[in-house]
Amino acid sequence: MNVLQENLITILVALPAIAALFLAMLPGKEKGLLRAVAVASSGLVFLLSLGLLSDFHSGLEMVQFVESRPWIESWGITWLVGVDGFNLMLVLLTTFLTPIVVLSAVSAVQEGVKGYYISMLLLESGMLGALVSLDLFLFYVFWEMMLIPMFFLIGIWGGSRRIYAAVKFMLFTLVGSLPMMVAVLYVYFAHYKATGTYSSALPDLFQTTQALPDQAQLCLFGAFALAFAIKVPLFPLHTWLPDAHVEAPTGGSVILAGVLLKLGTYGFVRFAIPMFPMAARSFAPIFLTLAAIGIVYGALVSLVQQDIKKLVAYSSVSHLGFVVLGIFSLEVSGLMGAMFGMVSHGLSTGALFLLVGVIYERRHTRQIDEFGGLAARMPFFAVLLMFATLGSIGLPGMSGFVGEFLVLLSAFSLPNKIYAVISVTGLVLGAVYMLWLVQKILWGPLDSKNRNLADLDIREIVYLVPVIVMIVWLGVFPNFWLGTTRSSAEHWIRELDFYSLRVTRAPVSVKAPAAVVARQNLRITLPPES
Amino acid sequence: MTGETLLALVVGFPLLGAVFNGFFGRFHGRRLAGYLACGAMAMAFLSALGAVKDLAGLDPQVRTIHKHLYTWIDASTFKVDMALTLDPLSAVMILVVTGVGFLIHVYSIGYMAHDDGRVRYFTYLNLFVFFMLMLVLGSSLPVMFLGWEGVGLCSYLLIGFWFDDIAKAVAGKKAFLVNRIGDMFFVLGMFLLFWTYHAVGSGSLAFADMQANAELIQAAKIGGVAVTSLAAFCLFLGATGKSAQIPLFVWLPDAMAGPTPVSALIHAATMVTAGVYMVARMNFLFEMSPGVMSLVAWVGALTALFAATIGMAATDIKKVLAYSTISQLGYMFVAVGVGSYVAGIFHLVTHAFFKGLLFLGAGSVIHGVTTQDIRQMGGVRHKMPWTFWTFLVGTWAIAGLPPFAGFFSKDEILFHAYAGPHGSVPLWFIGYLTGAMTAFYMFRLFALVFLGKTRMSKKEYGKVHESPATMTVPLAILAGLSAIGGLMGLPHAFHMPHLLGDWLAPVFPEFHVAAGAGTELGLMAASVAAAIAGSLLALYFYFKKGYVPVPDNGKASLPASVARDKFYIDEVYDGLVVMPMKAIARFLSATVDAAGVDRVASGWLPGLAGWISKGVTALQNGNTQRYAMALFAGAVALIVYVSLFGVRVPLA
Repeated sequence: MNVLQENLITILVALPAIAALFLAMLPGKEKGLLRAVAVASSGLVFLLSLGLLSDFHSGLEMVQFVESRPWIESWGITWLVGVDGFNLMLVLLTTFLTPIVVLSAVSAVQEGVKGYYISMLLLESGMLGALVSLDLFLFYVFWEMMLIPMFFLIGIWGGSRRIYAAVKFMLFTLVGSLPMMVAVLYVYFAHYKATGTYSSALPDLFQTTQALPDQAQLCLFGAFALAFAIKVPLFPLHTWLPDAHVEAPTGGSVILAGVLLKLGTYGFVRFAIPMFPMAARSFAPIFLTLAAIGIVYGALVSLVQQDIKKLVAYSSVSHLGFVVLGIFSLEVSGLMGAMFGMVSHGLSTGALFLLVGVIYERRHTRQIDEFGGLAARMPFFAVLLMFATLGSIGLPGMSGFVGEFLVLLSAFSLPNKIYAVISVTGLVLGAVYMLWLVQKILWGPLDSKNRNLADLDIREIVYLVPVIVMIVWLGVFPNFWLGTTRSSAEHWIRELDFYSLRVTRAPVSVKAPAAVVARQNLRITLPPES
Repeated sequence: MTGETLLALVVGFPLLGAVFNGFFGRFHGRRLAGYLACGAMAMAFLSALGAVKDLAGLDPQVRTIHKHLYTWIDASTFKVDMALTLDPLSAVMILVVTGVGFLIHVYSIGYMAHDDGRVRYFTYLNLFVFFMLMLVLGSSLPVMFLGWEGVGLCSYLLIGFWFDDIAKAVAGKKAFLVNRIGDMFFVLGMFLLFWTYHAVGSGSLAFADMQANAELIQAAKIGGVAVTSLAAFCLFLGATGKSAQIPLFVWLPDAMAGPTPVSALIHAATMVTAGVYMVARMNFLFEMSPGVMSLVAWVGALTALFAATIGMAATDIKKVLAYSTISQLGYMFVAVGVGSYVAGIFHLVTHAFFKGLLFLGAGSVIHGVTTQDIRQMGGVRHKMPWTFWTFLVGTWAIAGLPPFAGFFSKDEILFHAYAGPHGSVPLWFIGYLTGAMTAFYMFRLFALVFLGKTRMSKKEYGKVHESPATMTVPLAILAGLSAIGGLMGLPHAFHMPHLLGDWLAPVFPEFHVAAGAGTELGLMAASVAAAIAGSLLALYFYFKKGYVPVPDNGKASLPASVARDKFYIDEVYDGLVVMPMKAIARFLSATVDAAGVDRVASGWLPGLAGWISKGVTALQNGNTQRYAMALFAGAVALIVYVSLFGVRVPLA
């Protein structure tokens, strides 16, 4: 193993931030140079992240590529990062979408180019860091770190009500993360009490948290769950999302819907549920109910929106409802469906926001009524919008189908069938609003306002087509991607009540299965508090 | 080549055609697109012939060819392979789909010769055939569902093919959404079956596995209802969507907005029969739930009668054929509902011939006449001899007059509806009555279009011309098939072999009819008499007397106008489903979300967060308490500051 491989994750997390620093030193007038650096660095991050995919060992439930470095040693806080079946696809989604967004901003962002790209790259670092963190404090730091660049992206490059939207976004998220902070501290000290060592590394913490008294588990789960539920966003905590999306610039919306929201659902899988399985089981009916309501509610509200972005925003509430439903059905195909659904939603909604950005740049409006008949004028745009739509409504053969089908299937295994029966209507409602949107934008006669629109140019094709290709690939050959999550998901379900995180430095040599069997638990032992 | 390879090629060629035209059509041009699409269909048909030939070489007991392509989804508990299975039933289907499909592709070259969107058209058409083949060849319910929704997509795209006409685009959307409602139930049926089988140790939705383990789930119940019945019911509701039966038939008449060859291929010969095929495919499940079986038969019978009633009043050449299709599909459901799967598939095949023919004939007429209103036609026979004669064959066949195809297949259904173990006299009588009505409205159509003096202006009539050979040759071939297609299923009373029945025998449970040849011949004579009566009556009114249906704004008799307005079913659905849904959505968006949820969430959220934090800190942990309170106080101060004074962001 070479240095690159050994430190791959750290490099992935650090590189965008370093690039942002570099951008900060460049003069703001050099827009071309700034763009080139941003495109090149985010592209490089993506290429490097493919190394994760090629060396990832699908058959293992363990966290791989683990790097462990003492960070604040006396407090037992570690730079502990790694990927497993739960975050691999999300890491790749992040590194995949960022260069696309950066490329799309080349024309969309003309003012404050420097700040925009710095924010975007810092955001990528924050998201990647939060995704790969296996240390509770580390996670919390990255979790909050994502907030700031996003706040600026909405607040500076947003629409007319951008300050309102940015503050609302900030407040909702902060309100959620503060109780989580309290809970993190509690868990940290509880661990010390139980073991005599300070550690915030997840592999150490699970045993402690799972042994906590019921009341403590319920409260702590609630604290984590609130933070994650706001991020998802789970009905009825979703009201920050439409405002944020409508005001955010295209790139902000893509990243927000594509990755940021998934940190909420990911948080449930990585932290909240396995740390407090008892509480998760007791709270499951509440989450299932809210998820089912959210699916129908989000879809119905989408139906009457006049702003395309608002429609897509509410549709996210609906789609993320499926993800939460899958997670809390606590069944393996549902969990895998949820993981898959996150990625699929990131792709199809990302594509939709990008496509909205394309026509917004041309017409400076997002009002649905302003459009019509674009298929005649912008055939290539029409084809891509059709694909994104089909991905979104879950046509079999497109990415959306796999996730939602598996989620609904597993929801149907629950003793109470009502969640599945309510949620399955989302299949119809999802098609209703999306096909209505397509009809309003693409079909019908072309009016004079849209007569001179230009079809996609090369740059737009270059950043849009890969997303569409992924939507189709994930739908036709989902099993390759499902394979990366299967072992982790099976292990998670099988041992939910006594879940432990096993870590390994990867790539694991396939020739030496003994090393695999060893499954060394990574323990960070620290001297007791001085 | 082995049968397995051929099987992959059957689905491969149309997909390849679609992909190739889809990607490169804009470069290689419109003319070539049509030839490529037809070539792909010809190759698919030849591959299908080869595969079926291989299949026929196998022993009847093991007559299946299985082609595993790859593992589609493996989610630990749930696993499904992308795999194809050819058995006698799917063999019949692929021959119809590729054979009739090929003819309609050829016809399309002529029909769409002047359309700028030909590349798109042929891409969709090939793609449709691919999905239809996946539907019939898929070896499990999920793969069938892939095709099931895929054909729905192509149907949507092709109905709204001329998308600059918003009415056509809306018709396409309606078709997709109504189908999605059915598909939702299809999915529910799949879920029910999956978990029920899973509980008995077989987590597979492959048809072969489900059939093999069917007995194991017979006793399973949910809430006191047999799972088999519930699942069959859900699947059947799915079928009512795709096959346009009550209550989900409303999309099909609107679907006539698409190009006419599309109506022939998708909305007559192939896609709409998918529901019938699915019930036949899942016969082991339906056999376990007699209640659902009789529901299938009765829904079929009532749909047949109901649609025929509207068909008698419709004045658009394609709408008449559309309601006729709904009606004929009803017959097929009667057949499978009484357990006579062979008769159902038999009628499916003959219907594909004669209804495909009739739609193509209608297309030829529209091509020449440039109107779809039968009140403005008449006398077309002299201008379009090929179309006239072939259309006559089709009309003859669908009217159930011997010796053409429709006579044999329809009479088998009626006989089994009367004398089969699940049959009954009322069921038969409805079918019988519908038969007479069918003969009437078809000859009414025929007379109004082709016979008598023309009602067109002299200038218009002068322009009417016969269609090119690309269109008339497929008409002639389909007319031939409509004429002799009945030979594959001769009645038992004739003491001749029922070729189709023998071929399909390994797939279906045995079907016994209690009644003898005397009853069969008697019923046959009765239906022929009814068909003749219906035909003559129509010819008397609309040819001899020269009646023409009143114009839309004219005064029609009450029953006629109710039928012409389609019994106001669209309006009823609009009022019961669409309007309330929109109202609820508006209410949720404007009132609940903006004023309610947002305010409550924004207002209560800090309180909720504080409450949870307090809960955590109250857990008696000294250190946590101190740190957390300090942090929390700081954060609250920050929030208060921000909300009071706003944020001043230094613009970059």
